[in-house]
Amino acid sequence: MEETGTVVAFWLFAIITIGSAVAVAFVRNLIHAVVFLVISFMGVAGLYITLSADFIAVAQILIYAGAISVLMVFAIVLTPQGERRNSEGFLRLPALVLAALMAATLIFVAVDTGWEIADRPGFDETASLIGESLLDKYVLPFEIASVLLLVAMLGAIVLVRPEGAVEEE
Amino acid sequence: MIPVLSRAEVFLDEWYDFRDIGNAVGELQQQITDWGAPDWVPYVTASLIGVVSILLWTILSVLAFIWIERRIVGLMQNRIGPNRVGPTGLLQPVADVIKLLLKEAITTANADRWLFWIAPIAIFIPTLVVFAVIPFGEQMVLADLNVGVLFLIAIASLNTLAVFMAGWSSNNKYALLGSMRTIAMLISYEIIQVLALLGAVLFVGSMQLGAIVQWQVDHDVWLIALQPVAVVAYIISGAVEMNRSPTDIAEAESEIVAGYHTEYGGIKFGFFYQAEYLAGFAITAVIVTLYLGGYTMFGLEEWIPGWLIFLTKLYTFFFVFIWFRGTLPRLRIDQLMAFAWKYLLPIVLINAVLVGGEMLLWQEADLSSSVAIPAFIAVNLTYAVLAVVGWAAMLGHTTPERTAHRAILTREVGTIHYGEAAPNA
Repeated sequence: MEETGTVVAFWLFAIITIGSAVAVAFVRNLIHAVVFLVISFMGVAGLYITLSADFIAVAQILIYAGAISVLMVFAIVLTPQGERRNSEGFLRLPALVLAALMAATLIFVAVDTGWEIADRPGFDETASLIGESLLDKYVLPFEIASVLLLVAMLGAIVLVRPEGAVEEE
Repeated sequence: MIPVLSRAEVFLDEWYDFRDIGNAVGELQQQITDWGAPDWVPYVTASLIGVVSILLWTILSVLAFIWIERRIVGLMQNRIGPNRVGPTGLLQPVADVIKLLLKEAITTANADRWLFWIAPIAIFIPTLVVFAVIPFGEQMVLADLNVGVLFLIAIASLNTLAVFMAGWSSNNKYALLGSMRTIAMLISYEIIQVLALLGAVLFVGSMQLGAIVQWQVDHDVWLIALQPVAVVAYIISGAVEMNRSPTDIAEAESEIVAGYHTEYGGIKFGFFYQAEYLAGFAITAVIVTLYLGGYTMFGLEEWIPGWLIFLTKLYTFFFVFIWFRGTLPRLRIDQLMAFAWKYLLPIVLINAVLVGGEMLLWQEADLSSSVAIPAFIAVNLTYAVLAVVGWAAMLGHTTPERTAHRAILTREVGTIHYGEAAPNA
């Protein structure tokens, strides 16, 4: 973190991330909130890049900014209550309490943990290392996750299949 | 006998060696460091040179291809094409640009102003960023990321939301329909794209685009020979991503006016137009780099500038897309989606498994590359022929559908329904 460029980049991305995250909560329009959320995701991806975690940074853009955002857009568009504006509703107070508790926990953990600086140098390339450990040490969780996703996908297809679909074919 | 000089012996890689402009930039960086500037100055200078030259190149190429494409399509459709502004219509793109710049950029009354303005820029920037990882020459790459291929896919996926922003903020039925179609299309074909690129990445064992080109040089083979199916799948999904005919259902004029372009005019439409061209160049550049040897040409790059070879390949291949546009009719959205999920997806999946098996065999049996590569070319070509012919034959045995069955999603998104009355209508 000594280099000027890294420090500047860190603060820039931190401001982008937190600023747009705040905007997500305060913007009245739900679609605008999704756009701010995407900007926030990209800020997080930038933070990963300053940490030399290039694979995770790109995965963050691909999965969160590219895919999850579209999922949310579909959720908003297809929800009958989607017209309702952001931050209105009876859940406002519980949400505030939950968010405050979450923030308190995270800040407590961040302050309380004795962070140690690792001795070894950074990785040159993280993609192949992640790939190797996923298919070697962590192969079982990896495979279980993929089976779970497949089951979820099939479940979604079965759920939305219209009644007369079988007869049609 | 002519002595074969290596590249270093001819020009010694001096700064005036124009075969790789990276030499000159490197020399400049060295000079700046010698003058005692801080560390970041040469780095920023090189980046700026790269960004500015990529920008200039894209603008010039787009301008040139507006004219070239219209003339070529004109030839294909037995008409003349633009021929009034300047000699043989050469100044037509300039006139177009001036018109786009001067035209009033209308924002409709009920549009979501903020998103309406952001959307063209949000589409334009990712397509430009893609060129940062494309190697135009051995040293002529802005950022040769070691996750390059994944970066390409990630950046391309950002377009989806921008298209939705354009369609939704227009507050127009046709715009929303067009953007929803595009989203459905992009999401489906993104999977094809990833699986197609996976084959090349598996062979090379790296996602760095420079390394992929180097692998093709080392093994004296273009990956198109090893990956015939994946190339075709990638070209098709690339055509979808480019949003040009035959897959321009997002703006199918005969169905939904102009899709999410409907409410856009002036320079805002200009952004969309240029982004479309840039996406075309980006897809072509990826195909050229990954499958056609990039800036190399079996030793020719020793004598001819690598970037010239790259650009020649790029423009030649871009002609194929123009050819598609000039000759193929537009697909219906349900046909396009069914083609992705029922036909292309199994083919590229089997291709990925096949490549994985081949790489395993190559490593475990310790084959020499002179044995392995010809064998794999034969196997993969056979698979390509079998996949295309076999699948087509299998499809041929099913009774052809007289009436179109609309997929569930497309029923929501809306298509023209041929033959029978639309359900719930």
